[in-house]
Amino acid sequence: MATTIPEIFESLDYGPAPESDKPALEWLARHKATFGHHINGAFTKPKGATISVVNPATGAELAKVVQGSRADVDLAVTAARKALVEWQALGTHGRARHLYALARMVQRHSRLLAVLESLDNGKSIRETRDLDIPLVARHFYHHAGWAQLLETEFPGYTGAGVVGQIIPWNFPLLMLAWKIAPALAAGCTVVLKPAEFTPLTALAFAELANEAGIPKGVINIITGDGSTGAALVDHPGVDKLAFTGSTDVGRIIRKATAGSGKKLSLELGGKSPFIVFDDADLDSVVEGVVDAIWFNQGQVCCAGSRLLVHEGIAERLFEKLRARMERLRVGAPLDKAVDMGAIVAPVQLERIRSLVEQGRKEGADMWQPSWAVPKDGCFYPPTLFTKVAPSSTIAQVEIFGPVLVSMTFRTPAEAVALANNTPFGLAASIWSENINLALDIAPKVKAGVVWINCTNLFDAAAGFGGYRESGYGREGGREGMWEYLKRQQPRVVGSRYLGRKAKSSTAVAPASGLAVDRTAKLYIGGKQVRPDGGYSLRILGANGKPLGEVGEGNRKDVRNAVEAAQAAASSWSRTTGHARAQILYYIAENLAARRAEFAARLTALTGGDGGGEVDATVTRLFTYASWADKWDGAVHHTPVRGVTLAMNEPLGVIGVAAPDAHPLLGFVSVVAPAIAAGNAVIAVPSERHPLAVTDFYQVLDTSDLPGGVVNIVTGRKDELAKVLAEHDDVAAIWYWGSQAGVKMCELASCGNMKQTWCEDSAARPRAWADAADGEGREFLRHATQVKNIWIPYGE
Amino acid sequence: MTPSNTRGLKLAGKDTSAAGAAKTGPRPMPGATFARNPGTALDLDRVLAVRVNRSAVERRAATIPTRRTVKKQWQAAWLLRAVTLIDLTTLSGDDTPGNVRRLCAKAMHPLRDDLEHLLGVESLGVKCGAVCVYHTLVPTAVETLEGSGIPVAAVSTGFPAGLSPLSTRITEVKESVAAGAGEIDIVITRGHVLTGNWDALYDEVRAFREACGDAHMKAILGTGDLATLTNVARASMVAMMAGADFIKTSTGKEGVNATLPVSLVMVRMIREYFEQTGYPVGYKPAGGIRSAKNALEYLYLMKEELGERWARPDLFRFGASGLLTDIERQVEYFATGRYAAAYRQPMV
Repeated sequence: MATTIPEIFESLDYGPAPESDKPALEWLARHKATFGHHINGAFTKPKGATISVVNPATGAELAKVVQGSRADVDLAVTAARKALVEWQALGTHGRARHLYALARMVQRHSRLLAVLESLDNGKSIRETRDLDIPLVARHFYHHAGWAQLLETEFPGYTGAGVVGQIIPWNFPLLMLAWKIAPALAAGCTVVLKPAEFTPLTALAFAELANEAGIPKGVINIITGDGSTGAALVDHPGVDKLAFTGSTDVGRIIRKATAGSGKKLSLELGGKSPFIVFDDADLDSVVEGVVDAIWFNQGQVCCAGSRLLVHEGIAERLFEKLRARMERLRVGAPLDKAVDMGAIVAPVQLERIRSLVEQGRKEGADMWQPSWAVPKDGCFYPPTLFTKVAPSSTIAQVEIFGPVLVSMTFRTPAEAVALANNTPFGLAASIWSENINLALDIAPKVKAGVVWINCTNLFDAAAGFGGYRESGYGREGGREGMWEYLKRQQPRVVGSRYLGRKAKSSTAVAPASGLAVDRTAKLYIGGKQVRPDGGYSLRILGANGKPLGEVGEGNRKDVRNAVEAAQAAASSWSRTTGHARAQILYYIAENLAARRAEFAARLTALTGGDGGGEVDATVTRLFTYASWADKWDGAVHHTPVRGVTLAMNEPLGVIGVAAPDAHPLLGFVSVVAPAIAAGNAVIAVPSERHPLAVTDFYQVLDTSDLPGGVVNIVTGRKDELAKVLAEHDDVAAIWYWGSQAGVKMCELASCGNMKQTWCEDSAARPRAWADAADGEGREFLRHATQVKNIWIPYGE
Repeated sequence: MTPSNTRGLKLAGKDTSAAGAAKTGPRPMPGATFARNPGTALDLDRVLAVRVNRSAVERRAATIPTRRTVKKQWQAAWLLRAVTLIDLTTLSGDDTPGNVRRLCAKAMHPLRDDLEHLLGVESLGVKCGAVCVYHTLVPTAVETLEGSGIPVAAVSTGFPAGLSPLSTRITEVKESVAAGAGEIDIVITRGHVLTGNWDALYDEVRAFREACGDAHMKAILGTGDLATLTNVARASMVAMMAGADFIKTSTGKEGVNATLPVSLVMVRMIREYFEQTGYPVGYKPAGGIRSAKNALEYLYLMKEELGERWARPDLFRFGASGLLTDIERQVEYFATGRYAAAYRQPMV
């Protein structure tokens, strides 16, 4: 390397440009490079087993932290619980002041945090300085605002309570901010466990927050590995868990919390597509790819790791990419002129190496630049795979390294098919100079975040989170706040139409002789079908006498119903809100026309005020007909020249086990919001009183509802719900029933990590007849997921 | 860990700029080791196929200065390289032989001897890339620079607006060449770009190139007037097809002069043209580049997008005047460890 001025004058080489690590090392030394947990406003005395925290760029130990035990977790949760009362009593403005103070604090100590992060994680100082830390500050600023506005913007809601948070090693302090800021804004107190590879900035943050006056016990940091995280997940004192990490661990957490009543949000893995059409600005695409997969060494859950490129321009793009890769610089993370730093740990480096090796073995072409990465420390070069088959391992699994796999497509439809050919759904990037094309593709891609002609843009004002096995819940923006809020328990008004003897509606006796037989069937794909098993269940009336029979649906009926729903879901989701509204009004109209018949049936079933329940059902249908063209998204104020659209998209196919109370009203209360929002449903009606619903399919049939949008399978509720909860082609399971059923559904949801909305009707009886409890935005939020589409503009 | 040369961009040989023998009249560009761009036919399909996404370009441009930096002797050496790339310029209504001679003296002797000695760079013979003046001052500059190897550049073709009669503009080019200018900085008719009249733009630049003869032609696009980056890209492409040796951003008289996003777009077009034709075209950002830090950012841009070869005087120039003083101050700080004062640098 040239080192004298005349040599460098000639070569124009880059030289070393190190950021000093001295202040960060001095901070470590002040703590004797050994840290306890940070609980109740102070570091605990380190005792017991420790974990060595290593600088991945050098292999040198930076510090030791404690391996948190169950007792440590208990101590932290207890401190958070104790702090909760005072924190909530502080009120919205009081908490806003604290969040503002945290934002300012991060800015005052920005360089210390940036250097410490780079040392601990191995990412470049450029990224920690220019991206991670500024975004941390931004997150606290933004959420200081939500803290201030909480009461007026989220009326009827209150903080979820004590929150357990587990974060990954790829953006240690940024993930802490994403977790802590909304939690504190909502009035929660937190126990956060940073990743065992990268706990240092969390500890520094806690210490600084303490100095900035955050009340003791509001922010507690416990260190440790997965077993510490498991203890936090299991702790009964935790009201809500938020996790960012791998889908495998997310699945374990879902299982562990099933039936516990803990709120849960999961931000999991991804294999996000980066779609390039032939009319894109290819030079800008190249830089987009750099930002997508060679950002943070590719250790980014939303990394654009699957390059999908139009076949006609593929070779040209690959050539441009190779030239660009040749110029990337990999080296000491604290060097201010490197593009990529170190991989977080040897175990991760090994995983990348072995997956790359597997990719080569499976026949894909691998390309790396001509230069070598530093031998000491965990470094891996930028890598491009071409000629990758969708079936190969590297096309399917998340590599979490600087490895790009590319495939080609011929048509926009094929691009979408390839993009969605994955269990994940976190993010997508779309490159085209044709706004018609780009905005057509964005809604078709299954991803929580879509970037048009950009990639890896983040902001506190925009929600971030996944579809499918990339998890559920959002972080950032209004949509992110819901994850830390719970509805204030409404006064339970009891079952308005049950148990009250109706004055006039008694069972109608046949006029003379034997009534014409009426066989209730299942309703699948718009057709009345007999149950596959050929069995029926006897249904008793309120008087204890047999009232009729319904088909006993089995797993094959559910399978058929899901297929019918899938067939209908796509076009129903594209049906305009206006058209959906018309159909819902029409259902209401046709139900009203048959009021007397349904009232009699309901009274016979429940012994309650059947007429009242029919009237309430018609009202409810009107409510969702009203909402069908009003469940608007938002345009977020993100700091780009452009728009960030937060679109409410239907989940797809939802499995619903309807509540027993109010067999007709309860059924419509959960089915109507789902279809109003554009979903198709497979609904299991009340097991005790299904006959009102089997009558109801005739109403659906005469109301222009496309076949397959609502499918009704009668039978044993928990059995059928289990099949739905396990079904990989169902996007969400909603369940109202027993505690055992809730747990069963939440456990069974793990297969495809479907969203769950399961309520124990005994512990939390819903007042279905009450608009405040039985309808509205809460239902629509569950029926949709927010897709944030970033559209920078400017010519 | 450092990448070496650009893949795909193979330019032979090294710069030998210091060795150029000085003559009056047109002369080859210093250190040129490649054939001049002869231009091509106007290929409208290629011109119109150009796609530029402004937001993405701005994002890339914003990170060029944050992804790269040079410190200590690397910074000093890079800044000395920057000195050799300066077209030291005066384009004022009150220019006289007196201030042009002063400018030429500075171009030949940009660094104080004591500084050169402290840095150990006497052998490099650092001097500016050219001196850039109006036509009337060309004879003064040619005379003053005689024997230095520094070419004289003349702004021409009705600079800065370029709206005088075509015949007048062509005559002006010829007269400057006859007066000894080795480089002619022409201005294009911005209206041709704004109205999409690519044929007229091509014909005009072609005519200027013919009038230049052996003198090298820098085509000033007046990017501040072109409204969109797509226009900048298309105008760049047409100018190169019409035979420009350099494409240059601005006259210095527009509201907005050289910026990194505009430069990124133009430099990418240079790469595209090189890939299509094999002819390298030079790049000259002009106007508003006053700080050493800003100059380094342009060098990062050139090295990253086109390679080190495109950061030599035959393929890159800064159109600047005040820049030199700031570079002197920064170099002096490196040499002495004390922050420097402008008044202690000999005046431009």
